[in-house]
Amino acid sequence: MNIDLTETNASAVAGALVRARRSAGSPAMGMVLTLVVVTDEAGRYDALKAATTVSAEHPSRILGVIRRSARGAARLDASVKIGNNTSGEVVLLRASGELVHHTESAVLPLLLPDSPVVVWWPDHAPDDLASDPIGRLAQRRISDSATARGKRGALMEQALHYAPGNTDLAWTRLTPWRALLAAALDQHPVRVGGATVAAERGNPSADLMAAWLAVRLGVDVNRRGTRGPGITEVRLETRHGDIAVSRPSGRSATFTIPGEADRPVALKRRDAAELMAEELRRLDEDDVFAEVMRAFARTGGDSDGSMAAVRRQRTPAGANGRRRRNTTAGGKDSQA
Amino acid sequence: MIERIAATQRAEADDNPLRDPQDRRLPRIAGPCSLVIFGVTGDLSRKKLMPAVYDLANRGLLPPGFSLVGFARRDWAHQDFAQVVHDAVKEYSRTEFREEVWNQLAEGFRFVPGHFSDDAAFEKLRETIEELDEVRGTGGNHAFYLSIPPRFFPDVVDQLKEHCLSDSQGDAWRRVVVEKPFGRDLASARELNDIVSQVFPPESVFRIDHYLGKETVQNILAFRFANSMFEPVWNSNFVDHVQITMAEDIGIGGRAGYYDGIGAARDVIQNHLLQLLALVAMEDPISFDARSLRIEKQKVLASVQLPDDLASHTARGQYAPGWAGGVKVGGYLQEEDIPDSSTTETYAAIRLEVGTRRWGGVPFYLRTGKRLGRRVTEVAVMFRRAPHLPFTHTQTEDLGHNALVMRIQPDEGLTLRFGGKVPGTAMEIRDVTMDFAYGGAFVESSPEAYERLILDVLLGDPPLFPQHEEVELSWQILDPIIDFWAAHGKPEQYPSGTWGPATADEMLACDGRTWRRP
Repeated sequence: MNIDLTETNASAVAGALVRARRSAGSPAMGMVLTLVVVTDEAGRYDALKAATTVSAEHPSRILGVIRRSARGAARLDASVKIGNNTSGEVVLLRASGELVHHTESAVLPLLLPDSPVVVWWPDHAPDDLASDPIGRLAQRRISDSATARGKRGALMEQALHYAPGNTDLAWTRLTPWRALLAAALDQHPVRVGGATVAAERGNPSADLMAAWLAVRLGVDVNRRGTRGPGITEVRLETRHGDIAVSRPSGRSATFTIPGEADRPVALKRRDAAELMAEELRRLDEDDVFAEVMRAFARTGGDSDGSMAAVRRQRTPAGANGRRRRNTTAGGKDSQA
Repeated sequence: MIERIAATQRAEADDNPLRDPQDRRLPRIAGPCSLVIFGVTGDLSRKKLMPAVYDLANRGLLPPGFSLVGFARRDWAHQDFAQVVHDAVKEYSRTEFREEVWNQLAEGFRFVPGHFSDDAAFEKLRETIEELDEVRGTGGNHAFYLSIPPRFFPDVVDQLKEHCLSDSQGDAWRRVVVEKPFGRDLASARELNDIVSQVFPPESVFRIDHYLGKETVQNILAFRFANSMFEPVWNSNFVDHVQITMAEDIGIGGRAGYYDGIGAARDVIQNHLLQLLALVAMEDPISFDARSLRIEKQKVLASVQLPDDLASHTARGQYAPGWAGGVKVGGYLQEEDIPDSSTTETYAAIRLEVGTRRWGGVPFYLRTGKRLGRRVTEVAVMFRRAPHLPFTHTQTEDLGHNALVMRIQPDEGLTLRFGGKVPGTAMEIRDVTMDFAYGGAFVESSPEAYERLILDVLLGDPPLFPQHEEVELSWQILDPIIDFWAAHGKPEQYPSGTWGPATADEMLACDGRTWRRP
């Protein structure tokens, strides 16, 4: 059921939610959280689609917040949707005029009682999530440095303003990579002497991967620019030979550990809904991410945000000379 | 350069520096290994095991190089086997079909044709496994899944031993997975256990009860022990009785050979319903590790008491022809390959008590059946009525017992039932319900029970698999009832599509209670 409201306010929207629920026969909702999605008209469709998909796993009240032009009179339009293949409630709030600077006032009354609040900026996150007026309402704040303008800079801003409860989808994208690398060391518990991350330039996930490896392994991490898409290879040097996960195509990857034949592994680039589903599974602080962000922040605060100190290596120079050239059909996007 | 941080203390050789207990995003991926399925042509294997293996691969939880070996009496080559798995995966898998995942997985498929008594076939199996260790790097880690009738267990287990397939060397492991039923009575369960335990140590034997997925068990444990508001009423002071139901709307299908002579009690009550009873009735474990949980469950099972008068406190039935869900169906005795004289019950209901301070005097009613009203599994905790009601009798005529229902299938969740006032000027109180549903099925959520089970086997993580002691205790509870039934005539007929025989209703009526309609 859809209810559209024009020139409205939060209490009328709350009333519409109750009406919509009643007319659907007051089904059991059991919503576990409020998910606020701050986006614009261009990104609205994809973001809300991902959010409603996630809602099947984490039944939630989804509040889409769209800031329109700041000119003209303050005005709030809303549309309320219940049912229609979503397991929760979706409210789209469109703010214009002076209200664009005070959207939190429309969001606050619509938060579900008691349960956690998550804010997701699918495209343009503020630099300091935790002091953003809407970000302040939430326990969990999710940005996506890969989609932000000036990508490398965006991740550095997030790192400099890191606060507990912040996460970034560039980090979420790394989980399957990290799982594979950890599994490799489970199998081969051997000291790692060096590491190389090869990725498309300006890929925030690659920055986080390098920082994570440096923090956890205590080694220098070399960087290598490739044509992508995303991260194309991570290589750990050990005295028995290299451990490597390489994914030149963005789809399937090759897993190499010393003394055994190379094996293909599936390493899919996940879509926004899958990433968000992973994010919402834990709402407490991600301590490992915090540590990685701190390490990343220390690496370079130069004006262009690039990590000048990280040694870049363009020529293949692996420990055993086995490194392949990455010739790929590069994807446009820069996800991991 | 990214700084060196506490490098030396972290890079100890024996623990993995990339793992951190705080890092709860990282899933555990099983180490290199293979899964060998005996009886790979069976329904269970096609509908559940193969899709579960694919789904695990799709979620990135299988190790690189994971291999799947099929063993059956078919004249297949590896490709034929791969085709069968392909079809099964396409039809039954939970997650989307992705070519690259499939290709990665299919490289590790092997098929070994042969009988369970055929030495050459097991020799071939050993060669296959050794080849996998070499080519796919499975490192000597192999799990044998016996998806076969229990009468073949001795053959297969002996063959595994004979051909040195059960010995593990060094860090490598060999595990064996057996499906319920774990025997058909106490004696045969012990016999079965003797056979398996001669070859595999107890920690390598995984008994799978797929009805009771790990997710469900964990939901029940979390509900009971993570909350403060339910535990105070979880005892005989407040609970009137407990009803545990597992109902199926289908008949025995093509499983006549398996089902006849086994019956509902052995098939479902012995493992599934008694496990549910144990989870609902147990005290809090000191921790959630395998051992502590097992100790608590065993205590409950050991304190179960049977009624003295088995005739009036148990009931059994056989489904008769009738209309079930708008379809005309035949009775049990009309099913193919079922003899007219069969006394196998398709419905069983029993009353048990748990002899502890917490539960003394609270009956637990367990029932299961085929061709009942609908497919449902639930545990209903029925509370006592309030000791005093400040309302007149007419005002509360429609008020029943408060109830807390843990729904397990098909729509996992909780229902709380309590009295509410009917809108209007008159004071009229009636039962209302409040529902909670565990999350729906999506990207990675609610993994099918089999995925969890297989992953646990590969990880060697046995917390929720019943151990042999639990199996024995369950048979000790059920054996006297089955013996009593065997000595006392035939099960009563009940029309298909109803909630069981009249004697089941009488069984509760003599305690002044009624079955809940689930």
